[in-house]
Amino acid sequence: MYSLEHKKYLKKIRRNSILVHLTQILIIALFIFIWQFAANNEWINTFIYSSPKSILETIIDLYKDGSLFHHIWVTFYEVIISFILGTVIGIVVASILWRFKFLARVLDPYLTILNSLPKVSLGPVIIIIAGAGVKSIILMALFISVIVTIINVHQAFISTDSNKIKLLESFRASKCQIFFKLIIPSNFQNIISTFKVNLGLVFIGVIMGEFLVSKAGVGYLIMYGSQVFNLNLVMTGIIILAVMASLMYYLIVFIEKRCEK
Amino acid sequence: MLKDKVILKIRDIRKIYHTKEKEILAVDNFSFDLKQGEFVAIVGPSGCGKSTILSILCGLEDASSGTINKVDNLKFGYMLQSDNLFEWRTIYKNCILGLEIQNLKDKEHIKYVNSLIKTYGLLEFKDAYPSNLSGGMRQRVSLIRTLATKPDVLLLDEPFSALDQETRLAVSDDVYRIIKKENKSAIMVTHDIGEAVSMADRVIVLSDRPSEVKNIYEIKIKNRKNPIENRKTKEFSDYYDLIWKDIGYHV
Repeated sequence: MYSLEHKKYLKKIRRNSILVHLTQILIIALFIFIWQFAANNEWINTFIYSSPKSILETIIDLYKDGSLFHHIWVTFYEVIISFILGTVIGIVVASILWRFKFLARVLDPYLTILNSLPKVSLGPVIIIIAGAGVKSIILMALFISVIVTIINVHQAFISTDSNKIKLLESFRASKCQIFFKLIIPSNFQNIISTFKVNLGLVFIGVIMGEFLVSKAGVGYLIMYGSQVFNLNLVMTGIIILAVMASLMYYLIVFIEKRCEK
Repeated sequence: MLKDKVILKIRDIRKIYHTKEKEILAVDNFSFDLKQGEFVAIVGPSGCGKSTILSILCGLEDASSGTINKVDNLKFGYMLQSDNLFEWRTIYKNCILGLEIQNLKDKEHIKYVNSLIKTYGLLEFKDAYPSNLSGGMRQRVSLIRTLATKPDVLLLDEPFSALDQETRLAVSDDVYRIIKKENKSAIMVTHDIGEAVSMADRVIVLSDRPSEVKNIYEIKIKNRKNPIENRKTKEFSDYYDLIWKDIGYHV
């Protein structure tokens, strides 16, 4: 049993966190309300700034003609594929660099250059090589995410406590054993945070790609909307993206919590 | 194996470290013999290359020159300065780390580990994680992890330096008892003269860098008991003074 003071303390914590959540909800509600209110009273030009109501109508229209989930699915599919490819390739390359220090030293300047290069500039080249389609979009997202993954994960791997490595070596552990018994588990947190960073980068890549070449997807919706000056469509696209990105972020957090147990 | 049998002969070990700016002669002319069941302490000023000797013995580093002769199948167990427990593994999983790596996870070894865990008072923490243990307990886990692979010679690298004074005395007593009970030979590196004199059968005093053997003391204490009791004897303080002067700490 807890003391009265402790109960008070717990209650205070709970009340605080409820207060935070309530305020968060209040902010978004207020934002939507003011936006709609301003639109109704024609304080803002709804042709440019749209309004919550028209966005909702646009979403319903898209849903009715069956294209809403099609666009979401296309973007989702591209994001997932590039996310998996980017993460896997990144971690594998980082592992190889950890294993072969010589290679890591040789490649270091190239990775630095590739990292600072705005990957969007590769867009035209990618389109010529991979064609104007989904392949180009995935390649684009891959380029944007993979270099950062390699650099971050490799950095984490080589910062592993050298005493723990020495301990394993005193047991005559092979490089492979050191990798799987120490490097991977001790860097679990780093790998998860790489996932989070990657997800954001992949979204950037996919939307960039969809801006350049696409026949469907949320990026396509935004691009198409801006070309025909349908700003309702543009805003709708942005809102859908925001929802998608946060859902996927929480999915990773969820996986992280499951793994920690 | 016979008592007093020499199991390890080290002759003229020399170790040079290279950096871009200079080379450092860390160890020079280091020789000694280790007998079966013997506890040898190596003391010397800090930074004199004591740990290097253990790393060389364990095969983690190569000596620049010199020879090490050992009886066949002599197995070393290295206990590092910090406990280096893996926070994501339970105590039991930490204990069997060496077994996993050396593919020794058979019934016999597992049974041995379990008996060690039980004997040394960690049974109720078997499935706990290292963060729930005190410094002294962590050090005991580290020792069990080292003992699990059944080494013949334990190499202890300042094993208690991370602990506070009281725990340190208690844990060194513990470790001493465990090593004697399991009938292991041990080489312990330390900069604590008291620790060396109270635990070891022989104390090797090293000079400042490059480490050479300055003197070897046979520690003869009448009514020899465990380290804490040994500290109370007259011989203890005599040896302590001798070695203190030998090392020549300048205040």
